[in-house]
Amino acid sequence: MFDTLTERLNGALKKITGRGRITEDNVRDTVRQIRMALLEADVALPVVKRIVERVRQRALGTEVARSLNPGQTFVKIVHDELVHVLGRDQTPLRPKGRPAVLLLVGLQGAGKTTTAGKLARYLSNGQTSEVLLVSTDVYRPAAREQLETIARDIGAGYVRPASDNPREIALEALAEARRRASRWLIVDTAGRLHVDDEMMAEVRELHAAIDPSETLFIVDAMLGQDAVNSAKAFHDALPLTGVILTKADGDARGGAALSVREITGVPIKLVGTGEKLDALEAFVPERFASRILGMGDVVGLVEQVQRQIDREKAERVAAKVKKGKTLDLEDYKDQLEQLLGMGGLASVLEKLPGVKPDALASAGFDDRQLRRQIAIINSMTRKERRNPDLIDGSRKRRIAAGSGLQIQDVNRLLKQHKLLAKTIKRASKGGLERALGGMLRGRGGMPFGR
Amino acid sequence: MADSNARKGNGFFAKLKERLTKSRSWLTGSLFGRAIDDETLEEFEERLLTADVGVEVTSWLVERLRKVKGGSAEAGTEALRTALLELLRPVQVPLEIDPSRKPFVILVVGVNGTGKTTTIGKLGHRLRAEGRSVLFAAGDTFRAAAVEQLQEWGRRTSIGVVSQAPGADPAAVVHDALAAAKARGIDVVIADTAGRLHTSKGLMDELEKIRRVVARFDPSAPHEVLLTVDASQGQNALAQATEFHERLGVTGLAITKLDGTAKGGVVLAIAKKLRVPIRFVAVGEGVDDLAVFDAEQFIGALIGERAA
Repeated sequence: MFDTLTERLNGALKKITGRGRITEDNVRDTVRQIRMALLEADVALPVVKRIVERVRQRALGTEVARSLNPGQTFVKIVHDELVHVLGRDQTPLRPKGRPAVLLLVGLQGAGKTTTAGKLARYLSNGQTSEVLLVSTDVYRPAAREQLETIARDIGAGYVRPASDNPREIALEALAEARRRASRWLIVDTAGRLHVDDEMMAEVRELHAAIDPSETLFIVDAMLGQDAVNSAKAFHDALPLTGVILTKADGDARGGAALSVREITGVPIKLVGTGEKLDALEAFVPERFASRILGMGDVVGLVEQVQRQIDREKAERVAAKVKKGKTLDLEDYKDQLEQLLGMGGLASVLEKLPGVKPDALASAGFDDRQLRRQIAIINSMTRKERRNPDLIDGSRKRRIAAGSGLQIQDVNRLLKQHKLLAKTIKRASKGGLERALGGMLRGRGGMPFGR
Repeated sequence: MADSNARKGNGFFAKLKERLTKSRSWLTGSLFGRAIDDETLEEFEERLLTADVGVEVTSWLVERLRKVKGGSAEAGTEALRTALLELLRPVQVPLEIDPSRKPFVILVVGVNGTGKTTTIGKLGHRLRAEGRSVLFAAGDTFRAAAVEQLQEWGRRTSIGVVSQAPGADPAAVVHDALAAAKARGIDVVIADTAGRLHTSKGLMDELEKIRRVVARFDPSAPHEVLLTVDASQGQNALAQATEFHERLGVTGLAITKLDGTAKGGVVLAIAKKLRVPIRFVAVGEGVDDLAVFDAEQFIGALIGERAA
């Protein structure tokens, strides 16, 4: 997906490449692509417009690095903006008082009751007996039984006052929590539509009666454009203190998170990531921004590459390639060592979208291979490294013996090196230049992370 | 239990339309009296996008509108209506209960929180009102109190529920229900299943197993695989429908939660891609709040009333 977005932006930005700066004229197509990408991720249109405008402002006048593709420059700007929106004023869950009262509100089917159980475990760090749960959902059949069952399963307390009035139920539960000296009281509510005035009034009264220290809006990560309407209505009706995103373990891009955050300004605190009651995690803005853009942690990867790459060596290689010289085995070894220095292939590749580490291992791309190749090169003379063509049968035997490996391994290395050298030579003349050149050159090639 | 949302009178679709267009109808808004130009096209586009129609289908519709460029906004709305009808008419196929299939088996599936159990309650009520005997199978053995929830619906609608202990094999529950229905000469069995994300391989395998067990009982069953689609969801609903369809062969959709401000536009993308019949729409929590899908009414609610 990242590739598609980057490629699309590249297409739109082709005109800019080599011309230096992003201007009003050349940015229009790109902005449209970003708009579409965000809409496809279910970010609500009014929010998309605001974000796109801010991105445009920031992008204008930005220098597009010649060596890297401009699409990545742009994606980075968008990504930063999303992180900014998702992460600004981020505060952790901080229930106060004793009992600390948490009120859970939201639309039908958002996952409030399941989240109530998860929250009990999360808050109490396993000391669930210090938590009291109560359901004020007198409407949905068996809603109260559901929470009661969950409470039993996790060993939390549960009260079921006789009343059928949500406000009275909550007040009785609060009194009970005080009697038991519970540390936390989690109050579940019925799912309600934000346009249902009666039900919204009901939850307002409930809130006023128990005065919770955290009022949490539970949001389905798969929600569409309407997220802005429901979030706004709930925020207008209640002083929300946080958002919990549910069902985030699917493949939804989760644009609703951005919509809700931008419209309400309320921080997203936790994310539900599975069916099990321990599947509740802290919200990480960076990770979610990448998800909305449909990419792996590519930005993180690029920054990591930039930190780890030995500038000087990379410069040398780049200069060589530029002069049309071949990449020798010395250079090849440097590249391998840098790759290992970044935590190995797996750590680099797992950050790429759609790459499965085990698939790579079975294809022979693993760190052991890298180390073996380095060992082989270490067993060569300087002359051999500079000029691999020298390596004949007897030299191969010596190198194999010196590295403790087989002649076939030496052959494989030589073949791979040849292939890479050829690719780079071709790339330096053709279309791949920016991508590969950027990787190798390091300086100026990475517009990210500074 | 208070049925606070069951509202009577003035026709189901009037209610639906009223709810869907509460904000403002398209043509009484800023488009009124305008001609179709780039600006109005953009406005049409935005309205479709905010209705969750999605980028792809929206682009397709806007291309259709471009053909009437220069005409009035009313002409544009008509062009849009025609295009939408082309898309939705073919999927406006009501659920027919074949009486020769006894029991007629309806398997209800969907993502968590999309309204499966509520839909089953309403559907059971509807079928009973048509004079059929119905049995519920409590196939959601995973979620806490899911069985009790279905049982409560059973009480409200006077429909029996076949269930086992929590954690039981859902396929076994469904099998029991089929056997019971056969023995009692029941017309329709509606099987509930646990909500699951379409990306969860293990849980999708479990559904296939239920399907196989049902087919072993009667090779022609299940006669309907009904997927609930939550109208408030965005483009992921398309991914859901696609995956459920590939795994199970979905034969019908029920669009739920159309009573909010969400317009359920993703249904268009689903219709365009999968061409699976849309059977029902649901607009509330009351037992009567389930209606047979009507393309024209749905479109009317989506884009506003016909220009006067």
